[in-house]
Amino acid sequence: MIRPDAPVLLEIKDLHARVEDKAILKGVNLTVRAGEIHAVMGRNGSGKSTLSKVLAGHPAYTVTAGVVTYRGQDLLALDPELRARIGVFLGFQYPVEIPGVSNLEFLRVATNARRAEQGAEELDTFAFEDLVRERLKVVQMDPAFLDRSVNEGFSGGEKKRNEILQMALLEPLVAILDETDSGLDIDALRIVAGGVNQLANADNATVLITHYQRLLDAITPDYVHVMAAGRILRTGGKELALDLEERGYDWVDQELAAQAPVPLEVA
Amino acid sequence: MAASLTAPMALADWTRQWLNGLPVADGPLAAVQQRGREALAELPVPSSRQEDWRFTDLGLLAGLDATLACSPSDAGLPPAAPGVLRLVLDGRSDPLAGVVLPAGLAPLSDSELAQALGHTLAATACEHHWPVELNHAAAQQVLALRVASRSCLTLELVSMQAAGLLPLRVLLVLEEKAELELCQFAGAGGAGLTSLVLEAHLGRGARLTHGVVALGRNDAALLAHLAIEQEPESSATLATVAAGWGLARFEPRIRQVDGSASTTLRGLQVVDHRQVADTHSHISFSGPEGQLDQLHKAVAAGQGRSVFNGAVRVPREAQRTNAAQLSRTLLLSDRARIDTKPELEIVADDVKCAHGATVSCLQTDELFYLQSRGIAADQASALLKRAFCEEVLRDLPGAARQWCRFEHLLASV
Repeated sequence: MIRPDAPVLLEIKDLHARVEDKAILKGVNLTVRAGEIHAVMGRNGSGKSTLSKVLAGHPAYTVTAGVVTYRGQDLLALDPELRARIGVFLGFQYPVEIPGVSNLEFLRVATNARRAEQGAEELDTFAFEDLVRERLKVVQMDPAFLDRSVNEGFSGGEKKRNEILQMALLEPLVAILDETDSGLDIDALRIVAGGVNQLANADNATVLITHYQRLLDAITPDYVHVMAAGRILRTGGKELALDLEERGYDWVDQELAAQAPVPLEVA
Repeated sequence: MAASLTAPMALADWTRQWLNGLPVADGPLAAVQQRGREALAELPVPSSRQEDWRFTDLGLLAGLDATLACSPSDAGLPPAAPGVLRLVLDGRSDPLAGVVLPAGLAPLSDSELAQALGHTLAATACEHHWPVELNHAAAQQVLALRVASRSCLTLELVSMQAAGLLPLRVLLVLEEKAELELCQFAGAGGAGLTSLVLEAHLGRGARLTHGVVALGRNDAALLAHLAIEQEPESSATLATVAAGWGLARFEPRIRQVDGSASTTLRGLQVVDHRQVADTHSHISFSGPEGQLDQLHKAVAAGQGRSVFNGAVRVPREAQRTNAAQLSRTLLLSDRARIDTKPELEIVADDVKCAHGATVSCLQTDELFYLQSRGIAADQASALLKRAFCEEVLRDLPGAARQWCRFEHLLASV
């Protein structure tokens, strides 16, 4: 939902980042307002996943230039855990398996860290169990997964549901979902997309990073951005994704070759 | 290198002094004591020149009081669960004095003891090891128990070592289809040495679950030989957890006398500061279709040193043995040191023997995943360290699990 008067949640200006000695982001600009759903599309290697990791604060990436402001605050100055606590969420493309750490305990510690930041009281084991059982419904997840180690032995679909369950518990204001559709069959995609739709509201925003149109059939974006060579090359509405689906990414190469990137202002 | 040359000299002096200070051989173990003392006077002290002691310096012992400790204490543990027998071992008094044993559990008679004592040590080829002879030389008491066929019992053994030497000798005979859950706590309240020698003979179809929780201190040492002989269809699970000792050495010695038995070994050792922890396990299959599932884990911080040597012997007669051994170390400091070595000797040609060893630091991706959910870096690393240990801790039997709070293990790591 686009409302020009909605508050800006996230503002990225001329963001450059590298991993080791390789420059990957080369001037990303993006403004995200409350209530909006953005899709960032592009080929492998275009910098989509790097953008999501830089926003979440992954230590392997170094920001070399640019500014990221989250609700007026310098996001890049904060440790990853602080970013999460104030409402920035990264849904991982490959959720990490952590043998020996109980999923339930992990979810409870994470939820309480976010609640403490919001000034809400800590949930004890019982209160948290009530909450988590209710939120499981968002992704139709089997409670048995709570008793297992974090993501250990989960199928691709189960891992992605677990990501959305975390999002449902943490209630972020900006959720960046990195390739949430990868590795999902049709049913799992429908459930995960359904979860994202249920959680989207007028006060928060979602940035979907994806290769494929099929996720956007289930979650309708307000904006579609095409990334290439570390920048957002073009921005449009949902029809841009359909266009990409039809024409592929070859035109991106041509446009890059012509060195004439389209101006990037987002409403 | 000076230390490695002077340490054996100092240890030899200490051994001599200690032998001279021992009381006259006496009591039910007088003959064993005498033999142990004679053997110890002859044996070279362990030094880095011996392959089995290459990485483990016993220098700490040379600084200890060369006396016998007397340390009756329940180690401040919570009381045993109703119906569970707890015996406190102080190295001197008879642990069974005034104790009413539950049905199915009985002390061995003198003649049974004479026959059985040392049998499993010999069967597992460790009766002349230096730490075993040290125990022989000093031990005044042996806790010798028989678990009757088809009984199912739980037993707790607790010791708390003070300054000096605390020798503990245990002999268990499990008759056919007997089941015993044994939880053992070894603590340290002073600069001393706990010397533990345990033998267990498992009859056909018997089942032993033995959990050892050993929590020490920087100026204390533990030397433990845990020897188990298994008849066919028996099952032995041995889980050992050691943390905080200046020096800790575990030698689980298992022999499946006729194969067709099942052995599960779990080990966790935590070292920090300048602590040394060493596990030398030895499993031999003397018949076909034996099974082994072994996981050894270590956490090394500070300037700690962790040693693991896992010997598995599969001779020609041990066809269709199925053995798996894995050693995993979490390295938390670049000044800590790990020496880990599988030692498989396989002659039989139709066997499955897997082994592996990993050494890793805390994983950046795992830490980041936790942090990205709002969990602070120090809390995230504590969760991961705990998870690493949990894989062994969860296999400790009943009460032993309660004695081994993760917080105790990694208090300083």
